[in-house]
Amino acid sequence: MWKYILKRVLLAILTVLLICIITFFLMNAIPGGPFNKEKALSQATIEALNARYNLDKPVFTQFLLYMKNLLHGDFGVSLKNGREIKDIISDSFPISCRLGLTAVTIALIFGTIFGSLAALMRNKLPDRIIVFLSTLFTAVPSFVLATLLLLVFSIELGWVPVWSATETHYTLPVIALCAYPMAYVTRLAKTSMLDALSQDYIRTAKAKGVKKSLIIFKHALRNSLLPVITYAGPEIAYIITGSMVVETVFTVGGIGSKFVSAISNRDYTMIMATTIFLATLMVVANLICDLLYKVVDPRIKYD
Amino acid sequence: MENYDVNKMPKKQFLSAQIDLSKFEKATDEEKQQQDIMGESTTFFKDGMKKLLKNPLAVASMIVLLFVITVIIVAPMIVPYSYEEILTVNGKRDKGAKNLKPFTYSKEEQKFIANGGERFPHIMGTDEQCRDYFIRVVYGTRVSLIVGFFASIIVLIIGMIYGSISGYAGGRVDLFMMRVVDLIYSLPDMLVIILLSVVFTNVLSFKSGSFLAALGTNMVSMFMVFGLLYWVTMARLIRAEILSIKENDYILAAKSVGASPVSIIKKHILPNCLSVIIISTALQIPSAIFTESYLSFVGLGVQAPMPSLGSLANAAREGLQSYPYKLVFPALMICLIVLSLNLIGDGLRDAFDPKLKR
Repeated sequence: MWKYILKRVLLAILTVLLICIITFFLMNAIPGGPFNKEKALSQATIEALNARYNLDKPVFTQFLLYMKNLLHGDFGVSLKNGREIKDIISDSFPISCRLGLTAVTIALIFGTIFGSLAALMRNKLPDRIIVFLSTLFTAVPSFVLATLLLLVFSIELGWVPVWSATETHYTLPVIALCAYPMAYVTRLAKTSMLDALSQDYIRTAKAKGVKKSLIIFKHALRNSLLPVITYAGPEIAYIITGSMVVETVFTVGGIGSKFVSAISNRDYTMIMATTIFLATLMVVANLICDLLYKVVDPRIKYD
Repeated sequence: MENYDVNKMPKKQFLSAQIDLSKFEKATDEEKQQQDIMGESTTFFKDGMKKLLKNPLAVASMIVLLFVITVIIVAPMIVPYSYEEILTVNGKRDKGAKNLKPFTYSKEEQKFIANGGERFPHIMGTDEQCRDYFIRVVYGTRVSLIVGFFASIIVLIIGMIYGSISGYAGGRVDLFMMRVVDLIYSLPDMLVIILLSVVFTNVLSFKSGSFLAALGTNMVSMFMVFGLLYWVTMARLIRAEILSIKENDYILAAKSVGASPVSIIKKHILPNCLSVIIISTALQIPSAIFTESYLSFVGLGVQAPMPSLGSLANAAREGLQSYPYKLVFPALMICLIVLSLNLIGDGLRDAFDPKLKR
């Protein structure tokens, strides 16, 4: 078991390192330095700036310097507004995190409930409605749903005010974020519930006269949760970081929308820093979930 | 046994176990036919297609998809506008044709029609740059479908080759190749895609007039990204299939008569993974369309003025209050395409996955 953990941790570290390397060298491959502005600077100024930011050194030395700074928690400075990227991240990340966690919790809980319900009432009306809705919502991209929600509830009906820095309304972004994972979890939970219900131990339990509620909650549900947990791990990591589109649509000042604006502004240091930060977060979250999964399902062998 | 007679049978001995044929009736021809094998022999593919065609949802989705494909092929031939053409009346730029509602004409156009001219209706209105919106949505759908289709083919080819080699070779080669897959698999795909797109759109440049230049750097970079990242799932699936298939005796037989590994993989192994390949390719297409529209929405998709459904939806966000139909059309199109592709994929899985057979 320890060997397995060690292997996974090493792989995670390697991945993070790979991400840093890819990000750094890709960003360096883009032609044009950070000081190429419309107003041409004098040669001396550019040289001075390059020396100040170590841009006159070989690329590999720059990479080592960058890594050293990263390990000290220094992400550098945004090219566009000169703010410390560390501050930008620590300002915006909690918002994304809260938004994402709310959405993913709702998606997991209601997805499991709906999925199990559909499986228990197979081929009846509730099952058909649930299957219809979940198939529909897996086909709607989050940005479409987000924009439509904004249009209908904020602009047309005026029920929910548009997001502002002072007034935060999580309702619509959370709905937009959790729709797809909820639909997916519902489908997942339904299949695994049906699978669990057809197992021999369920028949045994029925035969010896266990109450139906007990069979469902104690035997079927517990086993049907496993695929959901497998899905939940990466999804949690993905959703707290990957809500770029939804955040942009609702103008939520989270890290996702900061990333998107960095892309459109060609703010390369910011893109680099956010990528590395988010990627590391995802890798770590995946690692934790992978390890936890072995705790949840003891039948899995360590290989 | 043909010419026997019940009466001529030897006399039954006492205590003999011989049956008394006089107590039996001869089977009629009809009854004999019941013993014939009724089902026709089918191939795996035929059987799957038959089952697929019995699935009403999948058939309906195929019809919808065929309809969409017909429209996007035929429409540009009928509609006299092009996707980047700014509307003109009598050779003069029509400045009033901005943000028209569906099936309406601008003042200039109304005058033109009143004077006896004919004007093709703007089925979905026009956009803020006086371009016919219907034809833009048609081209956007083309782009999205092409991206989805070719991206899946790229993924399929790379994944198939990589997975086959890794699975067939086994041992250390397999171990190393799968570590590479693990590594790529653990990369957060959306972030890396965005990163690669940012870089590729800046770095790549093509000779004008060449095929790649016509596609645009963003489109090419998108294909490269798919080729670089998304094949890993396919490679894993195919490797797992091959690992179990290659233990079969017919592979051993092929090996013993001296078939080369390439021909064994091509002739004996890959046809047996067909169901996995078909199903996962079919489900790859909608996910590629999703990714494309997502990238276009973030501004990294196809290059303007070429539209894609994602970039059209993104552009529609400005002026959403006044012209909501500009969002609704491309959004509906994405949902329709992805929904029908998903349903077809589900139908294929039900029809072709032998493990699901009951």
